[in-house]
Amino acid sequence: MSSEIALAGARAVRDAQRLRTVHARRRVGALLTVLTWCAAVLAVIPLLAILVHLLVGGASALSFDLFTKMPSPPGVAGGGMANAIVGTMILVGIASLFGVPVGVGAGLFLAERGGTRLAEVVRFVADVLSGLPSIVLGIFAWELIVRPSGHFSALAGGVALGLLIIPLVTRATEEMVKLVPTPLVESALALGFPRWRTSLVIVLRTAMPGIVTAALVAIARAAGETAPLLFTAFGNAYWSIDPTKPIAALPLQIFAYALSPYDDWRAKAWAGALVLLLLITLMSLLARSVLRARQSLMRGMAPRAEDLDD
Amino acid sequence: MSAPSVDLAPPSTPTSPPSPVRPSAEPLWTHGHGGSGPFGDRVYRVVIAACALFIPLLLVLLAVVVVRAAWPAVQAHGGDLLFGRTWDVAHGRFGALPAVAGTLLSSLLALFIATPLALGVAIFVVELAPMRLRALVSFLVDLLAAIPSVVYGLWGLFVLVPILRSSVMPGLERTLGFLPIFRGPAYGTSLLAAGLVLAIMILPYIASVSREVLAAVPRAQREAALALGATRFEVIRDAVLPYARSGLVGGVMLGLGRALGETMAVTMVIGNRHAIPSSLFDPAYTMAALLANEFGEASNNDHLSALMAVAGLLLVITLVVNMLARWLVWRVRRVGESA
Repeated sequence: MSSEIALAGARAVRDAQRLRTVHARRRVGALLTVLTWCAAVLAVIPLLAILVHLLVGGASALSFDLFTKMPSPPGVAGGGMANAIVGTMILVGIASLFGVPVGVGAGLFLAERGGTRLAEVVRFVADVLSGLPSIVLGIFAWELIVRPSGHFSALAGGVALGLLIIPLVTRATEEMVKLVPTPLVESALALGFPRWRTSLVIVLRTAMPGIVTAALVAIARAAGETAPLLFTAFGNAYWSIDPTKPIAALPLQIFAYALSPYDDWRAKAWAGALVLLLLITLMSLLARSVLRARQSLMRGMAPRAEDLDD
Repeated sequence: MSAPSVDLAPPSTPTSPPSPVRPSAEPLWTHGHGGSGPFGDRVYRVVIAACALFIPLLLVLLAVVVVRAAWPAVQAHGGDLLFGRTWDVAHGRFGALPAVAGTLLSSLLALFIATPLALGVAIFVVELAPMRLRALVSFLVDLLAAIPSVVYGLWGLFVLVPILRSSVMPGLERTLGFLPIFRGPAYGTSLLAAGLVLAIMILPYIASVSREVLAAVPRAQREAALALGATRFEVIRDAVLPYARSGLVGGVMLGLGRALGETMAVTMVIGNRHAIPSSLFDPAYTMAALLANEFGEASNNDHLSALMAVAGLLLVITLVVNMLARWLVWRVRRVGESA
């Protein structure tokens, strides 16, 4: 580190020796500032482009029917994607039933036994897992559930999505649990709570809004995933809420419609994408409001926790 | 529980008061809360440890399952899987080299486009932007990560690809056509389209890691350079970037990992052709797209096993890239914390 500073000093001296004026050096700096402004603008442009196209392409096909009607064949006006919307919710429900508890448990472990070798391995693997291609999780669920059972099912899709959210929920839970004030834990223990009750009743309860937020963010991500569902949930043109049968999902429906040769189906793909994004935005907004509630809760708690120290 | 089970006091001195310390391992107070004390603690510890162990176990299981399913194809086709150029299901030829090449090329192209932009955004947000803009730009760029892959694919297919076909590709050929990579028929769906969509998709990941890493550079590092008379640009170039280098490389690797495994958007815009592209305008294939297109309708066990081998290869590549990335980022954070 100090060698780098020395290097910077040496460069400054060298620049001075070359009679580069402060002016010239400042001009280079100004150029960099302009370039980073450009980078920021360029990075935001695709986002705006996508949102504008979604609104333009999707709004025209967006209607009440989309949420209540079943898909119609190509060329037949009307119809919706009620089965896909419900299917996505069921898939996400199965995923959270299985993924959130495991993730929260692992997060508690990481927060309480943070220093151990095992915890370091788990933390590292969780981070690595969250970067693996989601399609591999789909193939894993296919091999584990679809192949032995002989048919695609909502259950397999839910498990694939559940595996996807476990590492996300784990790491977020760990961060949230670490924020719980120690005096709170100590006072619970001092009052005679056993360790497990302290963790479940005091620590988890205090960290709950943060964990709910993290879970919602993870679930929102799972809701938009297509690749893990291709060979597990598979999609279904008909109404089905049976977890042992193939089930429709919004991202799968968008994919199928987008690649179809029919104009009205393509228009529905845009509408479906808009609905999917609205669903995800709704979850994120919910997550944010929960987080805000948590912050005010923590603010209310902090002074009391400090009082305990005195 | 009135009498201690182990009386340490000698029996010859009956006048000594009973020990105030209850020797029983189980504290009295737990009964008041209906808990079972150490037993509950044991159960709790086992349960959370099991949850935590599930994560490494999942990775091992994932590897075992994929390798086991891929084994027949590896035995039957061997090196042809990795180096063969022909993918012909009907004739039992499974050469995944075009898909491997397409995966690497599209990801590298995406990195080439996204890295300077993402670093620019990170430097802007951490070092240069007016306070009010920092949160806004971070928020907007992070929002890119919230858009589902299939929506990127939809946008790429119906907005980006037509633009590429009608104006960008002919324009590039006119101006840069002397380079072989900017030649060829403009189909629209191409390596270039995949690289562009991937670049947009991985930008938020590289930007957010870079942002964190730059923010972890100690103030003293900047102040020392400023004190030596460096301008703001020189502070960033000579004091901040070298310090954060390995973390920035980690962020870029993380983006690479994302790009390599990205499935839906790429499947929709890359053109899905089994050939090694010689130009950015050529349609190509990626391993993930191959899986997405063929896995669901694999006709026989040989085909299925070959696809599993592709999945295994994809898993290994992304695993290595991600591990390296995490290690690099973790190293900078640790140094940052100790400083």
